[in-house]
Amino acid sequence: MAFLELTGLTKRFGEVTAVEDFDLTVERGEFVSLLGPSGCGKTTTLQMIAGFEQPTAGSITLEGRDLVAVKARNRGIGIVFQSYALFPHMTVAQNVAFGLEMRKVAPAERQRRVEQALALVHLEALAGRYPRAMSGGQRQRVALARALVIEPEILLLDEPLSNLDAKLREEMQLELRGIQQRMGVTTILVTHDQTEAMALSDRVAVMHRGRLVQVADPLQAYENPLTDFVSSFLGKTNRLEGRVLERQSGGCRVAVGETTFEAPPPPDEAAAGGGRVIVSIRPEKVEFRPAGAGLVEGRAAARIFLGDHWLYQVETPLGVLLVIRQNAGPAEVETGGSVGLAWDPAQVRLLPYEAQA
Amino acid sequence: MPGRFAPWLMSAPALALFVALLLVPLGMTFVLSFHAFGFYTGIETTVDLANYIDVLSDGYFHEIFARTFGIALVTTLLCAAIGTPEAYFLYRMRSRWRSALLLVVIGPLLISVVVRTLGWAILLGNRGVINTALMDLELITRPIKMMYTTGGIVIALVHVMIPFMVIAVWAALHRQDPATEQAAESLGAGPATIFFRVVLPQAMPGVLSGSLIVFSLSASAFATPAILGGRRVKVVSTTVYDEFLNTLNWPLGAAIAMLLLVAVLLVMVSWNRLVERRFAQVFG
Amino acid sequence: MTRNGPFAFLFSALFVVFMTAPLVVVMGVSLTPEGFLEFPPSGLSLRWFRAILENPDFIDAAWISLYLGIASASLATVLAVPAALAIGRRRFAGRDFLLALFMSPLTVPTIVLGIAFLRFLSQFGLNGTFVGLTLCHAIFITPFILRLVLASVTGLDRTIEKAAESLGASDFTVFRRVTLPMIMPGVVGGWVLAFITSFDELTVTVFIVNPSTTTLPVRLFAHITQTTDPLVASISTVVILFTVGLMFLIERLYGLDRLLVGGEGR
Repeated sequence: MAFLELTGLTKRFGEVTAVEDFDLTVERGEFVSLLGPSGCGKTTTLQMIAGFEQPTAGSITLEGRDLVAVKARNRGIGIVFQSYALFPHMTVAQNVAFGLEMRKVAPAERQRRVEQALALVHLEALAGRYPRAMSGGQRQRVALARALVIEPEILLLDEPLSNLDAKLREEMQLELRGIQQRMGVTTILVTHDQTEAMALSDRVAVMHRGRLVQVADPLQAYENPLTDFVSSFLGKTNRLEGRVLERQSGGCRVAVGETTFEAPPPPDEAAAGGGRVIVSIRPEKVEFRPAGAGLVEGRAAARIFLGDHWLYQVETPLGVLLVIRQNAGPAEVETGGSVGLAWDPAQVRLLPYEAQA
Repeated sequence: MPGRFAPWLMSAPALALFVALLLVPLGMTFVLSFHAFGFYTGIETTVDLANYIDVLSDGYFHEIFARTFGIALVTTLLCAAIGTPEAYFLYRMRSRWRSALLLVVIGPLLISVVVRTLGWAILLGNRGVINTALMDLELITRPIKMMYTTGGIVIALVHVMIPFMVIAVWAALHRQDPATEQAAESLGAGPATIFFRVVLPQAMPGVLSGSLIVFSLSASAFATPAILGGRRVKVVSTTVYDEFLNTLNWPLGAAIAMLLLVAVLLVMVSWNRLVERRFAQVFG
Repeated sequence: MTRNGPFAFLFSALFVVFMTAPLVVVMGVSLTPEGFLEFPPSGLSLRWFRAILENPDFIDAAWISLYLGIASASLATVLAVPAALAIGRRRFAGRDFLLALFMSPLTVPTIVLGIAFLRFLSQFGLNGTFVGLTLCHAIFITPFILRLVLASVTGLDRTIEKAAESLGASDFTVFRRVTLPMIMPGVVGGWVLAFITSFDELTVTVFIVNPSTTTLPVRLFAHITQTTDPLVASISTVVILFTVGLMFLIERLYGLDRLLVGGEGR
């Protein structure tokens, strides 16, 4: 029996379906991210797990117990809100103590646990401060301590890092992951930031238009996306519309425009669509060859220096392809130069055809 | 528009009007309050504190001032007790209902106080709507006296003033992060705990500023106590009115009005001090 | 967001009854065919609305209130808009003083304003004149306009004006074509609020009218303190309907909550 189980979860607001037929199981101690663009239904899903929204259909169970019938205040779920939602009229210690008070924890025990929680996020020194006298990062830590001190069955994080600047965000990611692993608390993160989701989670659940499209560990989701949407949303990719020419042993030949090349076996859906597929090739999987020696020939139209790597735009008969190369000294190709492009056929991904979103 | 004096030039017309028709008249009234009045001689331009001594040493005036501020205080407490929860319910309401209810709550602000008070006169009279209904239901045998009582004045004043309280609290509620309520709920707080421990403390600046508005407007209200209290239940403003337009003892009326002005300003200043000291640390 | 429970519903329902009861009663009483106040009315009759027409005193008073409201709101708007522009977007010595002065009519008890105006106007023989009334009304309605115009001035993105300037517009053109249209909702909202405030005002006005310039609220007040017959109810009903009509107009043009709550309540 899974720890947390969402089955057929559906939420409609009048005519609008926010979440449809959502299935997900989360194991104890696991860190799962709900990832998707704004409006994909991830926040509504979180609100239903928290108990702030009632599902239209479907069930939520925690260790087999039905959670839908339980009021939000009795679910024992810790939440870190995007705005942190600290109580502005209470000190840091009072904020953290609030949940323990509601649980009628004795004052001495309460104080001990508050101190413990504040130590966990390195804020012992600021216990007497009011939230408005604190920085964004400090508020974020208070919010985390407040959610963790009640020893929640599940920790929900609603875009918790989106209000921090880039450097602080990275620091907090590491710290958050560390705390989560030490406490072993089952955690669900809602985010639209794919790097954040990949950095933190054991598994990511990619959502699109109210539906769950793929659940997998980050590497698997990135390397083997099930749909065009997942491949485009997770990282950068070269998205081409192609056609399966013929199946071969262990793969097939695809055509994009006039160009043909080898690829792994096509998805089952391709046959129904008359062989139409989406061809996805990650930019970092593309390599340069001398002009005339590539699978496809092109001209480097532009290149952008990004510190640890270069991003090239190469005009080819397939269209403009993105190529990412590690910065290992001087640039490999000059702007305007002719160049051949090649890739390992095993790195090509063929996905069911969808019109461009 | 450049130039150091441009802001003053732009404000000059309004400034001229306010100096000529506000500061000068207030100054003249202040001076007037030191003059004397004789029944046959009219206003005498002597200068002494006789009027103030009269008012401050006369039990009759003490009673009037005590009644006025008592009415204002009770009205304020009732407005806070009723207006605060109502503003909260309004704030949580679905937007369609909210617009309609908001119209009902703040719309009456725009309707003449005379008209609204007339409604209360019809409701509260000995043969008014409430007494007639209660007697028809045989709940009472003799009418409850509500006209010409401080109670009647308070009820009508609450009706007149409560929109100010609702507006002030409503504005404060909108400044708070709605997620704080969800946070409290997820930590195990019930609706009452959320209201008293999370919502109300954050809305307190609104409640306090609303209270100040209601108190100062109630203390100087005229139409409502004049219609519902008449000559029998006098307050400061109706007393001033009588001194000016019936007795014609302008200097005494001016002195009473000045005392009212000073009292109201004192309450305002000390209230603001208190509120600032209390909330500077938390909200600032 | 969590929704209101039955307690909140009941509370709000009682609150609505409380807020509307006096108005409903006034309108109900005005329909009586009898010669005395009764509610609910024993029959429906427009007798007391016809009676208004036979009382030119009230009709004259209504006209005076209307003219006075228009004149004083317009005067106050003309004075308050430049002052609001200066106060809202410039930092200068004396700014706080000016703001405090222009808002002070809200702080000074109206009864004190009333006797101060009476003292002043009678000194210069202006008491009871329409001019005197207009000037005095302009004073106590200025804060309402100033507050709304200030709100729209401070909410203004000044780079838009700079953009217009960079495109070659003169100061006056910038004001007329860019600034004014952007603060117009505040100006119109302020004018309407000022008009209604002037139209309804009693406490100040009662001191400074004479029989030929008596306004509607003063006339009604005088009548009510002597006798309450269905006539005052029918006149009050007309006032209520007029105000409600204006309210709907505001709701359409500007948003009633924005006008009264000051733009925060959205």
